[in-house]
Amino acid sequence: MSVIVQARGVVKEFAAGDERLRVLHGIDLDVRAGELMLVVGPSGCGKTTLISILAGILSATEGAVRVGGRDLAGLSSGALAAFRRETVGFIFQQYNLLPSLTAAENAAVPLVARGERLSHAEKRARAMLERLGMGPHASKQPRQLSGGQMQRVAIARALVHDPAFIVCDEPTAALDAASGRTAMELLSDAARSPGRAVVVVTHDPRIYGFADRLAMMEDGRVTDVLDDPDSIRKLVH
Amino acid sequence: MGAIAWRMLTGDRAKYLGLVFGVAFAVMLMTQQASIFVGLMLRTAAQVIDVTDADLWVMDPRIIYVEETEPLPESALWRVRSVPGVDWATPFFKALSVARAPDGRLQQVFVLGVDDATLAGAPPRMLEGSVEDLRRPGAVVIDRVGALFIWPENGTEEKGAPRPSDIGRTLEMADRRATIVGTAEASAPFTTFPVVYTRYSEALRFAPPPRKPLSYILVRAKPGEDHAALAARIEAETGLKALTWRGFAWETIRYYLQRTGIPINFGITVVLGFVIGAAVVGQTFTIFVLENLRQFGALKAMGVANGTILRMVLLQGAAIGVLGFAIGIGMAAAFFEITSRTNVDLRGFFLVWQVAAGAAVAVALIILGSALLAIRRALVLDPAVVFRS
Repeated sequence: MSVIVQARGVVKEFAAGDERLRVLHGIDLDVRAGELMLVVGPSGCGKTTLISILAGILSATEGAVRVGGRDLAGLSSGALAAFRRETVGFIFQQYNLLPSLTAAENAAVPLVARGERLSHAEKRARAMLERLGMGPHASKQPRQLSGGQMQRVAIARALVHDPAFIVCDEPTAALDAASGRTAMELLSDAARSPGRAVVVVTHDPRIYGFADRLAMMEDGRVTDVLDDPDSIRKLVH
Repeated sequence: MGAIAWRMLTGDRAKYLGLVFGVAFAVMLMTQQASIFVGLMLRTAAQVIDVTDADLWVMDPRIIYVEETEPLPESALWRVRSVPGVDWATPFFKALSVARAPDGRLQQVFVLGVDDATLAGAPPRMLEGSVEDLRRPGAVVIDRVGALFIWPENGTEEKGAPRPSDIGRTLEMADRRATIVGTAEASAPFTTFPVVYTRYSEALRFAPPPRKPLSYILVRAKPGEDHAALAARIEAETGLKALTWRGFAWETIRYYLQRTGIPINFGITVVLGFVIGAAVVGQTFTIFVLENLRQFGALKAMGVANGTILRMVLLQGAAIGVLGFAIGIGMAAAFFEITSRTNVDLRGFFLVWQVAAGAAVAVALIILGSALLAIRRALVLDPAVVFRS
């Protein structure tokens, strides 16, 4: 199985007054094609910083990150933005849908950002929403949707431009159990597409069972990577 | 992303309308007040502007504005006529008089006496009768609104029914009977007194006669003659003051600008319009962008470049500016259109294109300033903000 995301010796430091605060201490991690990887760990352990670096939002202080065969080190902010536009799909805890746009328009945003006309992009977005069971709600605005429906719109937005890498930050944190399960099933299906990997940062043990592999983090380090379903299941209980 | 920016802007209808009408009212206030100010200043020079057949005005060197007449001796006219480059020079009389209507009503009027022979200085826009009728004994032409002031019971065309002719009516000025032989459209004078045109020789009878009767000399330059050079030549050869009509109008306007509180009062209102407009629009637009900061963060995370975010905010600002300006200018134009039709006291006030252009620049500054203030936060925003709950 090919590797979509490869991190080697990733270190991240932030300025804290006169001092440098190191939040990632040399992370090595591979995410393979067709895989849904969960990243878990206590708050402040560096999960969000790690996915921000893998997605090209933050740059690593040291180490190398390759996504889809592309080395992110040394890319300008413009090149990183272009990389994110082309290669990454995002799902956020707070959905971050544009409140004045319809579900279809929201889902179309990544296509519009790549230069497609809104009307054309909206057609493709409607087709994606249809696939995710959101067809009847495509013309509704976010305020008319439930949390689960908004997250499905966010998933459609993450998938619509067929990215190689999907990054999810606590996608079930604001959802009830049933909606969370539906969202994870959709993400699990998305991960099965050839040439795509999905990384989910979560605190929610209810969704551990969806993981193909589960990376455990603590104090800025990946302490273990579980790939055995039984081990993952034990973690749930 | 322009379509997305537009939808973001119009999605919050209350804020969108607040922004557009904030600009509109600022534009309305600035243009309406500035145009009234310009109209008022033009009124001060109305009698200079209305004399269209003379290139130069010659006067006593001490005169600094049109209302301040210092009579010239008759010999001045001959001296001016002898200056090379002068095609013709005619006397022009200007004085205040009191007109008495047959029913005893009194009204202060401006009496303008034009050259007996050529009628140079006569009103250019006759509404009724002919300028040539001024040659009849005791004949006067009165301005349309002046007649309305003296005989208001006859109504106005603005108020519906056509006003019956004023020709044949009589007035008494300086114990002399004057007969109206025509009405003319004259620019509204600053004091709003009616303007009565008559021949120079008649004017001396209709107004209290001064020791020296010649108020001004109107001069037409020979074809091809440079007006400024001719004015300088007249000044050098006669010791009098000579100005182009435009120069004299500006001297008069300048007098009112410098010696009265009018510009300060109107200036304060115009500046207040700008400041209030800038404050309302700036604050609302900044709040609008700040409230959308998380959305901009999400867009940046999804790969929308800073340049695109900048263009989106500028587009939103431009949309607000253009719509607000159009509505504000429309309201100001409607104000002048309606008031000029319904109230003769407000005639001569109109939306000046230079004022509209100035308001457009002011709106552009307000929008650009607000957008740049607001965009700064969006541009420095760390897209990783979207991963924080």
